[in-house]
Amino acid sequence: MDNNYNRRSFIKVTALSGGGMLLGFNWFVNRTQRQMNAAGTPADSDWTEFNGYISISSDNVIRIMAPNPEFGQNVKTSLPMIVAEELDADWGTVEVEQASFDTSLYVRQFAGGSQSVRTTWKPLRNAGASARYLLRQAAANAWNVPFEEVSTNSGKLIHEKSGKSASYGEFATAAASLTVPKDVPLKSPADFRIIRQSQKNVDGHKIVTGKPMFGMDYTEPGMLIAMIEHPPAFGLKLKSWDGSRARRMPGIKDVFTISLFPEGYERESFDTRTFNELVVVVGNTTWEVMNARKKLQVEWEPVKEKKETVNAFGNKREETIPAGLESSERHLEIMQEMAGKPARQLRKDGDPEKAFAEAARILERTYTAPFLAHNTMEPMNCFARVTDTEALFVAPLQAPEFAERSLSKRLGIPVDKIDIRMTRMGGGFGRRAYGHYLIEAALISQKIKSAVKLVYSREDDMTYGIYRPAYTATYRAALDANNNLTAFHVKGGGFPEHPVAANRFPAGAVDNYLAEGWEMPSNITIGAFRAPRSNFIACAEQSFLDELAELMGKDPIDLRLELLQRAKDRPIGTSNDYDADRYAGVLKLVREKSGWGNSTANGLHRGVAAYFCHNSYAAHVIDMRMRDGQPYVEQVFSAVDCGIVVNPDAASNMVEGAVVDGIGNALYGELRIRDGAPQQRNFNTYKMIRMHEVPKKVEAHFVRNDIDPTGLGEPPFPPVFGAVANALYKTTGKRFYKQPFSAGFETEQGGK
Amino acid sequence: MAKFNLKVNGESRQVDVDPSTPVLWVLREHLNLTGTKYGCGVASCGACTIHLEGMPVRSCQLPVSTVKQQEITTIEGLSASGDHPVQEAWIEHDVAQCGYCQAGQIMSAAALLKNNPNPSEEDIEAFMTGNICRCGTYLRIKQAIVAASQK
Repeated sequence: MDNNYNRRSFIKVTALSGGGMLLGFNWFVNRTQRQMNAAGTPADSDWTEFNGYISISSDNVIRIMAPNPEFGQNVKTSLPMIVAEELDADWGTVEVEQASFDTSLYVRQFAGGSQSVRTTWKPLRNAGASARYLLRQAAANAWNVPFEEVSTNSGKLIHEKSGKSASYGEFATAAASLTVPKDVPLKSPADFRIIRQSQKNVDGHKIVTGKPMFGMDYTEPGMLIAMIEHPPAFGLKLKSWDGSRARRMPGIKDVFTISLFPEGYERESFDTRTFNELVVVVGNTTWEVMNARKKLQVEWEPVKEKKETVNAFGNKREETIPAGLESSERHLEIMQEMAGKPARQLRKDGDPEKAFAEAARILERTYTAPFLAHNTMEPMNCFARVTDTEALFVAPLQAPEFAERSLSKRLGIPVDKIDIRMTRMGGGFGRRAYGHYLIEAALISQKIKSAVKLVYSREDDMTYGIYRPAYTATYRAALDANNNLTAFHVKGGGFPEHPVAANRFPAGAVDNYLAEGWEMPSNITIGAFRAPRSNFIACAEQSFLDELAELMGKDPIDLRLELLQRAKDRPIGTSNDYDADRYAGVLKLVREKSGWGNSTANGLHRGVAAYFCHNSYAAHVIDMRMRDGQPYVEQVFSAVDCGIVVNPDAASNMVEGAVVDGIGNALYGELRIRDGAPQQRNFNTYKMIRMHEVPKKVEAHFVRNDIDPTGLGEPPFPPVFGAVANALYKTTGKRFYKQPFSAGFETEQGGK
Repeated sequence: MAKFNLKVNGESRQVDVDPSTPVLWVLREHLNLTGTKYGCGVASCGACTIHLEGMPVRSCQLPVSTVKQQEITTIEGLSASGDHPVQEAWIEHDVAQCGYCQAGQIMSAAALLKNNPNPSEEDIEAFMTGNICRCGTYLRIKQAIVAASQK
C-alpha cells in the first residue's frame, strides 16, 4: 500500500459504547494512563475517520488503530506510535484500538517473522503524514493563508504570522473532505519526537487491573464451552467412542466428533492435521466439561501411512505422513546414523572434498536438540458463532489471513461473511499462526447451533504437537598446516525438516564450503517457533565456531570478525544473505559494552555468540558461574542492530525476554516422545525457566543508525543458546553438544 | 450443585455450583471476574493466584466448598483504581509483554510485600518462583517489586 490507499473520507457519528454490536466496542479500546485520569471518553462526539488508521473527534481525541495482532511484542503501542509521529499528534491524547481483521484497510495483519514493524513502517508513516497534510490544508483554506505557512506541533495547527492556532479536532471534518496528494513527504529521522522515545504499553493499566482482553476472557450470554479429546499419542487415531456416560454428567449439552479436513484436502502452509478426528464435549461451564471428559470411553488405533498434498502458497508438494509410534530416543539414533551419510546438497563453493582431504587438522562436531512445546501461558482457545452462511470468531491468533482462507474453504462460507476479531494473545511464539483451533471451534458451533468457546486444557495444549522440530547438525572445519581455515561443512537434519540456512555466515567467508540437509518424515506435527530453524542452528554453529577459535588459538570474537572482513572484502558466492558490516557491528558493540578481554570478577566465565536472522543482527556475552553446584547465568550483555528502534524501553524488554527465553530453552526445554506419546503434559513435568534461574542483569544495547526497522521479536533469541553453550564450556571445562544442556549437569553429578 | 455465599473483593456473592468447582472457575465463569487466569490447573504456574484472607493461594486447586467465610481478593479487588503500589510499579517498569501471567505475578508480589515489606533479592526469588512468565519478564518483575517495597 502506498499513498493511494483506500481513503475513506466520511463522517461517522459513533457512540463510543457502540451499542448493538456483537462485541462491546470498549472491549478493544485503550486509553493512555493520562487520559484515564483526565476527563475520560468524549462520548457521543463526532468522529472523523481519515483512513483505516486514524479517527479524530471534534473535541480532539485522536484514535489510532493498531493493525497487527498483539502477543507481547508490543506492536499495539509501537505501530500507533509510528502513525502518531507522522501525524505530529500529542501521544498523551492518543487512544489506541485493536483493529479487526480487514484486508481492505490494512496491510499484512500478521504477527510473526519479526515483520510487524518492518512491513507496516511505510504504510503507517504514510497514513500519519497524509492526515497531517489534510489538516494543514484545511486550516490553510479556513485561515486563507498559504499551505506552507501552516505548521503543526503536537496535535495543534499553527499559523505563526497571524498568531492563529487550532486543535486537530477543530479541522478534522473539513480535512476529511479534501483529497490526499500522491507523495506526501515523510519526516527525517532526526525530527522524530515520538519514535525513539520510550512510550509505555497502551494496555499497561488494563493488564495490571485484570481487565478482560484475552481470548480466554471473552464471553457472551448463552455461550457454551467446548473441549476436545485428542489421541494420547502421535500415530494413533480414533477407533471408537462412547459418550453416553459423559453426556449424563451435569451441565453437559452434547458429545460428538468432528473431522478437521476431508480426505484429499490440500493443506496450506499454516493448516495442520495433527489429529484429524476429535471427540468433543460441550457443556455450560469449563469445570463441568472437564469433569465429563473423564467419563468418556474412547478407543484409539494406529494410523496407516498416508500421503497428503501441501499447497504452500501455490507450490504443491506431496508429503508422506508415516505410520508408527515414534520416540525421541530412536530419533537420536537416526540422527547419529545420518551424521555419517551424505545428504542433499544445498550449496557448494570451491572444492570442499579436496580441501578436507588435504587438511592438516579437521574439527568435526555433532549437535542435537529436542522437540520444544511453545507453552504460551494462555492455552489455545477460540470463540465461534457459525451458521451455514456466516461466521464470527473472537480469538487470539497470529495469522488471521491464513486462518480466514482455510475457514472459508472448510466451511464453504465466503471470506466476506467471515468476521475475525483479534484479541490480545497470552503469548504466541509461532504457535498461534496455526489456526486449527478456529476450524475446530467453527465445526463445533455449526454442529450445536450455538455460540461456543473452545478451550484447551494445558495438557491438551502441550500434547497437541505443532512443536519446534527435533534437529541435528554436524559441522566440520579444515585447517591447513599454517592454521588457515580452508574448508567449512555443515550438514543438518531433522524431524521432519532440516535447520540449515545455506547462504548464511560463514558461507561467503570460506573458499571451500558445503551445506547439506536431510529430512525425515514424522507423524509428529511441527511448526514455526520463535526464529524457526535459527533457534537451533545458531547454537550449533556458534558453539562450533567457539571450539574452532580455540583450536586455532584465536579469540572467538576476533575469529568471527576476521571471517566477516573476508566476506566483505572478497566474498565467496553471490547469494550470501547477511551484511558483513552490520554483523561485525554487533560483535564490536558487545565487545565494547561487556569489556570483553578484561578479566571478569568473582569467578565469572564468559561465552559469546552472534547471529543474523529475520533481517536483524544480535550478539550476546554471557557471564556464568557455579552456584549451588549448578551453572548459573549471572549477567548478560546484548547488542542488537534492528535499524531504527521505535520504542526503546519496550525493545529492551523484548531483548531481555529473548535472553531469558533462550537460557530457559537451552538449559531445560524438552518435549520428549515415547511410543508416540509426549512425556511432558503440564508445567509440573515440562521445566520452564523461573525467577531464581534468571540473570541478575541483562544489558541491551542497540546500534544507532537510520536504517528502516528490520525486526526484533526473533533475532536476539537464537544466539542466546550459543552464548550459553560457550559460557558453559568456560565454566565447567566441558563442551555441551546435546540440548537441553541441564541433562548434562545431572549426569555429571551422578544423575538425579 | 449447591449454593455458596462467598466474600469476594469486599462484596457478598452467591453462586450455585458443584462443590468441587475450583474458585478459579467460579471467579471466571460464574462471577465474571476474568482477571484471574487459567494457566495449568495443577498449581504449577501461578497464573491463578488470588488472596484468601490475605494469603496467596492458587485458585485452580481451591474447591469452592472449602472457602466458607474466608475473604477472597482478586486482581480486580486489589485496589480501587489500579493504584496499589505493586500495580503502579508494574506500570512504571513497563513489565508486561503478553500480560497473561501478570495478574498472578502481581497478586503474589502484593502478598509477599504484605508479609515482608523489605524483601531481599533472595526472598523475592524464593517467593516468586511459583509464577511462570513465558515471555521472560522476570527481571522487570523483580525490579518492580523492589521499587514497590520502597514505597
